[in-house]
Amino acid sequence: MATTITKTETLVGKRIRRKEDPRLITGTGTYVDDLKLPGMYYACVVRSPHAAAKIKGIDTKAAAATPGVVAIYTGADVADVGPQPCGASLPGLRVPHHTVLATDRVYLVGHAVAVVVAADRYIARDAADKVEVDYEPTAAVADPEKALAPGAPAVHPQWADNTAFTYHQEGGDPNKAFAEAEVVVKEKILSQRLIPSMMEPRGVVADWKSGDQTLTVWTSTQTPHLVRSLLAGMLGLPEHRVRVVAPDVGGGFGAKISVYSEEALMGWVSRKLGKPVKWIESRRENFLCTSHGRGHVDVVELAAKKDGTILGLKIKIIQDLGAYFTMLTPAVPTLSVLMIPGLYRFKNFTADIVGAFTNCVPTDAYRGAGRPEATHVIERMIDILADEIGMDAVDIRMKNFIQPNEFPYATPTGLLYDSGDYAAPLKKALDIVDYPKLLEEQKKARAAGRLMGIGICAYGEICAMGPSPATPAGGWEVATVKISPDGKVTVLTGVSPHGQGEETTFAQIAADLFGVPLEDVVVLHGDTGQIGYGIGTFGSRATAVGGAALYFAAEDLKKKIKKFGEMLLESDDVSMDGGACIDNKTGKRVTLAQIAQASYRAMTLPKNTDPGLEATHFWEPPNFTFPFGAHICVTEIDKDTGAVAIKRYVAVDDCGKIINPMIVEGQVHGGVAQGLGQALFETAVYDDNGQLLSGEFTDYAIPKATMMPWIETSETITPSPVNPLGVKGVGEAGTIGASPSVTNSVVDAVSHLGVRHLDMPLTPEKIWNAIQQASKK
Amino acid sequence: MKTDIQLTLNGVPRADSVEPRLLLIHYLREVAGLTGSHIGCETSLCGACTVEVDGKAIKSCTMFAVQASGKKVTTIEGIAADGKLHKVQQAFWNEHGLQCGYCTPGMIMSVKHLLDTHPNPTEADIRHGIEGNLCRCTGYQNIVKAAQAAAKAGA
Repeated sequence: MATTITKTETLVGKRIRRKEDPRLITGTGTYVDDLKLPGMYYACVVRSPHAAAKIKGIDTKAAAATPGVVAIYTGADVADVGPQPCGASLPGLRVPHHTVLATDRVYLVGHAVAVVVAADRYIARDAADKVEVDYEPTAAVADPEKALAPGAPAVHPQWADNTAFTYHQEGGDPNKAFAEAEVVVKEKILSQRLIPSMMEPRGVVADWKSGDQTLTVWTSTQTPHLVRSLLAGMLGLPEHRVRVVAPDVGGGFGAKISVYSEEALMGWVSRKLGKPVKWIESRRENFLCTSHGRGHVDVVELAAKKDGTILGLKIKIIQDLGAYFTMLTPAVPTLSVLMIPGLYRFKNFTADIVGAFTNCVPTDAYRGAGRPEATHVIERMIDILADEIGMDAVDIRMKNFIQPNEFPYATPTGLLYDSGDYAAPLKKALDIVDYPKLLEEQKKARAAGRLMGIGICAYGEICAMGPSPATPAGGWEVATVKISPDGKVTVLTGVSPHGQGEETTFAQIAADLFGVPLEDVVVLHGDTGQIGYGIGTFGSRATAVGGAALYFAAEDLKKKIKKFGEMLLESDDVSMDGGACIDNKTGKRVTLAQIAQASYRAMTLPKNTDPGLEATHFWEPPNFTFPFGAHICVTEIDKDTGAVAIKRYVAVDDCGKIINPMIVEGQVHGGVAQGLGQALFETAVYDDNGQLLSGEFTDYAIPKATMMPWIETSETITPSPVNPLGVKGVGEAGTIGASPSVTNSVVDAVSHLGVRHLDMPLTPEKIWNAIQQASKK
Repeated sequence: MKTDIQLTLNGVPRADSVEPRLLLIHYLREVAGLTGSHIGCETSLCGACTVEVDGKAIKSCTMFAVQASGKKVTTIEGIAADGKLHKVQQAFWNEHGLQCGYCTPGMIMSVKHLLDTHPNPTEADIRHGIEGNLCRCTGYQNIVKAAQAAAKAGA
């Protein structure tokens, strides 16, 4: 049977305007706080002002007497709600039992103590202020190094050493590598605690219908199905009676992967009162209560030969975990270990992690999740090695890159890099900036007493999370493709976009596969009542895993379409193109609409074929994907003030095949902004009492428009063999490339003065002080 | 205790009785049912709630509804005319000036105000003009491009 289905690509690869935008630019999107249900109550959570305290008593009388207050609940009331779940498991891991409301003690500022439910949000907040909690403050510790020191206050009394876990991994023969080394460089490198700061804080609307015994929860999340499973568990409800909806979600960056206490709490309240209830996180709460990112103290040694050949690496990581765990808290630093060799072919390493409890909000995934920390370490160490042996850092990178003929490449950390040509983006970036000319300019600038820096980062990352055995939840993804009786296509995807644009890119993929116009495809996501069980959006997985699931679902459905085409055309030589089946002998065609009508009307059916046009495919990826790239940042430092001016920023990223270049560039821009924010501006500061000093946008400096340089983007394209689309993922690339390139640039600008390393954020004060110290030497 | 207010909202006169402490953003979202303007920080730092009051771009989270009485208020829902997008909306769509979309209505209102008062802005003018609006997704680059494209599109 010579039937073929031609795949003509007309939309994939094009700069297509987003289908989600018309609603978002007209103010007609639907975020959680836009929902208003009949009879809905509003909740406000009462939170601890202390980082550590015993609760001696709670007096809710005055609050309860406030007109309009419906109910107030404390820890004792919600004892039947299960604790905060953590998806990560490590040998010997100590998991704090974190209940949705505190009972006898609090261990972080912002710890939820009570919930006030009222007729409107103003009343709820008024009454929350009247809840009197009698605290007996105790000693707190907010710094992970101090937490691990002997005699530090115990965050949890049963674990006096504040150690949640230790983890060791090694590969090759690190001792031999260091014994044979001609040069060893050592540095302590921080990847500071960051606050994700998505523009939409979290929010929940819960609606229990007692007649149906069903709970619907609208929540601002990246993982509606995982939230449904965990929520059902926490509330003791059968999962098929819980529906979770992620409507329009205003950013997440990893901090909306977890299920959170408030989701369970609102579900419980709605069930208790038989009314819908809304809770919207304030920005202050978002700073205090939504998971943070990073929080690494790394001590690193790199062993090399004098010719720049890297022999091995040793790293000790202290991970600031915070006071309890959200979904992935303890797993994040293990990702750093996996990616610590970067793009380089050395085989010997040893890594140790100590996970430290602190009286702070948990750290968890934040754009890059473990890979920015690893890349920052290896890319800083390359520059430090270059400085030590007097070799150009570009030459060290080129010399040590894994070569294109070595793929698939087994790393000593146990990964299998899928494909790559690591020199290609670096060469391209060097060409764009005209590197030899830049070096000349730098020489002249230095001679004139000016401080000019050239910073390079060659990064690799692990994306498309991931094969299920290697991920805390399943790592597969699901897609359903339906063709309605009029021949129009609906894609239902298990990924949960919140800015990444899959309503457009997935429509591009599906439209090409069926040969129909973009307008004929609608992509739905986020509603567990509508979509087959999926995993969600994080770890740059949506297109590489969810897009591949869509590809296979569409291919499954096309087989069925073809059977109807053969029946209607009375031919066994049929191909599919341009939204129709065509008889290759006669040229006769039947449209998708005619086929759809035939399949739903079902007067006659092809042999062994059921009515209807719908296919679902669960796709398990055989491997991760490994995007890579090179970023170059040129800076000039004002030596009198320490202020950094970015003169040029070039990003050359290889994310495999590109579905929509406009969206890829947008992801790179935003990623770079977050990496640059870490390098220059952002840091979560807790004082010794565990008070978050950088707890508002006045004190936590996310980049503003005036703080961002123009980003010049370019790409190389090395398709991934892991999925049929050849895509690798690009959500986190910009962030991973940016912090090392900016930091390397700033350090390079002052390296000739004798400065070898500076930790982020590179504030003018820090740089100015480094210049002063160096000039004293 | 409630206070009567009268205002022109997106060109339509309207009267309501509100609590004196009701913030303009809550009035717009919960009384008038216009949920396009968003709340990102409640402290006038993020700009997601930006609307136009008597021709000025205002952060509606730090203004009371009673202060808008007697004034003309325009929100994101009120700038497209006769089913045609405003040139700034069109430019945001064309230039991929948004990702998650949460800051977008406020950002568009700020860019609109910038172009109303500075029809030919430089890149630095644009960046300064939107400095009070935070975006965590785009790195601002395509927002700057959108503002440039809208300026080019003229009145």
